[in-house]
Amino acid sequence: MTSPSVESLVQREYKYGFVTDIEADSIPKGLSEDVVRLISGKKDEPAWLLEWRLKAYRGWLKMTEPHWPNVTYKPIDYQNVIYYSAPKNKTKLASLDDADPKLIETYQKLGIPLNEQKLLAGVAVDAIFDSVSVGTTYKARLMEQGIIFCSFSEAVREHPELVQKYLGSVVPASDNFFAALNSAVFSDGSFVYVPKGVRCPMELSTYFRINTAETGQFERTLIVADEGAYVSYLEGCTAPKRDENQLHAAVVELVALPGATIKYSTVQNWYAGDEHGVGGIFNFVTKRGKAMEKAKISWTQVETGSAITWKYPSVILQGDDSVGEFYSVAVVNGRQQADTGTKMIHIGKNSKSTVVSKGISAGQGNNSYRGLVKMLPRASGSRNYTQCDSMLIGNKCGAHTFPYIDVQNATSDVEHEASTSKIGEDQIFYCKQRGLNTENAISLIVNGFCKEVFKELPMEFAVEAQKLLGVSLEGSVG
Amino acid sequence: MSMLEIRNLSASAGEREILRGVSLTVNAGEVHAIMGPNGSGKSTLAQVLAGHPSYTVTGGEVTYEGEDLLDLDPEERAQKGVFLAFQYPVEIPGVTNAYFLRAAYNEIRKAKGLEEVDPMDFIDVLEEKLKVVEWGPEIMSRFVNAGFSGGEKKRNEILQMAVMEPKLAILDETDSGLDIDALRIVASGVNRLRRPENATIVVTHYQRLLNYIVPDFVHVLVGGRIVKSGGKELALELEARGYEWIEDLAGTGAIA
Repeated sequence: MTSPSVESLVQREYKYGFVTDIEADSIPKGLSEDVVRLISGKKDEPAWLLEWRLKAYRGWLKMTEPHWPNVTYKPIDYQNVIYYSAPKNKTKLASLDDADPKLIETYQKLGIPLNEQKLLAGVAVDAIFDSVSVGTTYKARLMEQGIIFCSFSEAVREHPELVQKYLGSVVPASDNFFAALNSAVFSDGSFVYVPKGVRCPMELSTYFRINTAETGQFERTLIVADEGAYVSYLEGCTAPKRDENQLHAAVVELVALPGATIKYSTVQNWYAGDEHGVGGIFNFVTKRGKAMEKAKISWTQVETGSAITWKYPSVILQGDDSVGEFYSVAVVNGRQQADTGTKMIHIGKNSKSTVVSKGISAGQGNNSYRGLVKMLPRASGSRNYTQCDSMLIGNKCGAHTFPYIDVQNATSDVEHEASTSKIGEDQIFYCKQRGLNTENAISLIVNGFCKEVFKELPMEFAVEAQKLLGVSLEGSVG
Repeated sequence: MSMLEIRNLSASAGEREILRGVSLTVNAGEVHAIMGPNGSGKSTLAQVLAGHPSYTVTGGEVTYEGEDLLDLDPEERAQKGVFLAFQYPVEIPGVTNAYFLRAAYNEIRKAKGLEEVDPMDFIDVLEEKLKVVEWGPEIMSRFVNAGFSGGEKKRNEILQMAVMEPKLAILDETDSGLDIDALRIVASGVNRLRRPENATIVVTHYQRLLNYIVPDFVHVLVGGRIVKSGGKELALELEARGYEWIEDLAGTGAIA
């Protein structure tokens, strides 16, 4: 489609591309056992954790970077990355009021007020800046119900028994190249524990921000919902605009004990690089949950940022009657590449999984859905339904689907539906004839396409996600 | 001043010339029927007036309310009151009729400098409009045209027309694929929306629709030109005699 009004729309500026001028305590570039020890030392970690890190590091040295994803990039020099950077502050923070005003301002600019009075009612936030957590809100109120929501470092100090019990229980340090790297150098992240039978009364949210140049962010999130508990958790991410690629290799582990429900939503808006593919975040993330008997894990992700996305939020359906869900919208524009999807590993009997993936490709973006549905011999009577839709905008982008289905018993059902459509000139013209301009028309059509996923997001974030989608597709039809 | 003044309009799709000098004047309060055999350029005329990007205007001019219509983007034409009821309405999965109609309604209001209405107030607006097409509110939660029958799609076009309150409505083969009941509902909807200050162009192959929507003028388009114009009786003559005689006349250039 050629329409001058569209061609003249330049790619909208990445709104979150600013840098906070704050003094940072960064360690020199490079990775070695000494660096692992240094990071662990900076956090006053117990010996068992240092050992765990070192083991992961030694394992990582023997591993090779995976090249099976359908993405291309220049080799990463792992010695040219800063593995730890923290904003300097004089003392440990007693409360958010003591935090550096520049940090508070940064989060305000991002639309994340850390002042509890100004917070969205019912959302508790943990803010991670480069390598450390700079503040968690509503902690006291959550604690009244026994809910632990704090930075990972704090959890290591205050609740070592829980961390030791569950760390690596879903994603072992040896799981894959990036998970091993993360296990060696992870700096901070969020920790959540919801006790037996407790329904967490508010959305928990972590906001990740990479600030310092040449820094990698390696956060680690661990969420444990004890028997019959419920928690809904959301993460958001942004980074400054820089010409160099920055590495983000996170690990998220979810443990849903019998009868528990964990809902994990992501709105990922890391800097995507410019229109020539210079700069942007390499988002290489391992996310996995384990659902015990009658437990449910639901992943919802809206992926609009990053130069390269490599992530497969997965569920191990360990228990009988467990439920796994994956709802995804992945948008690529400009030169972005995404290889994303999920793994549903059915082990328990009568376990059920649902996968709804919506891929939108615009500009010269390349979008791949990669999904594995595995029914093990024990998982009799289990079901999976997968729906995988791709939408193409323009004629220089790509959409690919790689479904892997492995059924090892005779009583399970696996359904896979897939569709590819091109956003049509006729659809756009129809909307224009009803008074909508091209941008609003595309936004309307794409939002309709993603409806099934957006309805899974918590209300406030669904609105954000819709706006974000509009912004990331601006200028996409040329 | 006439509402719409088409002078010697030519248009092509790619290399193919479809309109070869159409001239037509439409005043407020009038209903014009454009008839003609298949492939004569009727739908192209409707699409060109609405600004479809597949067609290139190669000559002539179109003035709408004193303004150069061809200079406006399709959405500006819509905002200024030009409405096209599509021959093949487009499906938009995942977008509810209510949302779509309100988006369209608000674009018109914005263009008029009026405030946008919120979803709650829009319910009141809709209540009246739904009567035009004899529909209940349940249609509003369905996705735009998705899974609609042919008749429902056409009714939905008229509902959109009722919401947008155009000055100039162009109905492109609105009768095609309608059974007799749907035809009656659609036609009476159009009649209910007629106002002395509005005008309607009805593009149709058959005379049938014109029994319900009675035109003031009938124009016959053959080979991309209007070859004959007359009153409503011309439609009856076409119905009785078919298009062949008029094509023959057009070929000899005998028609004034």
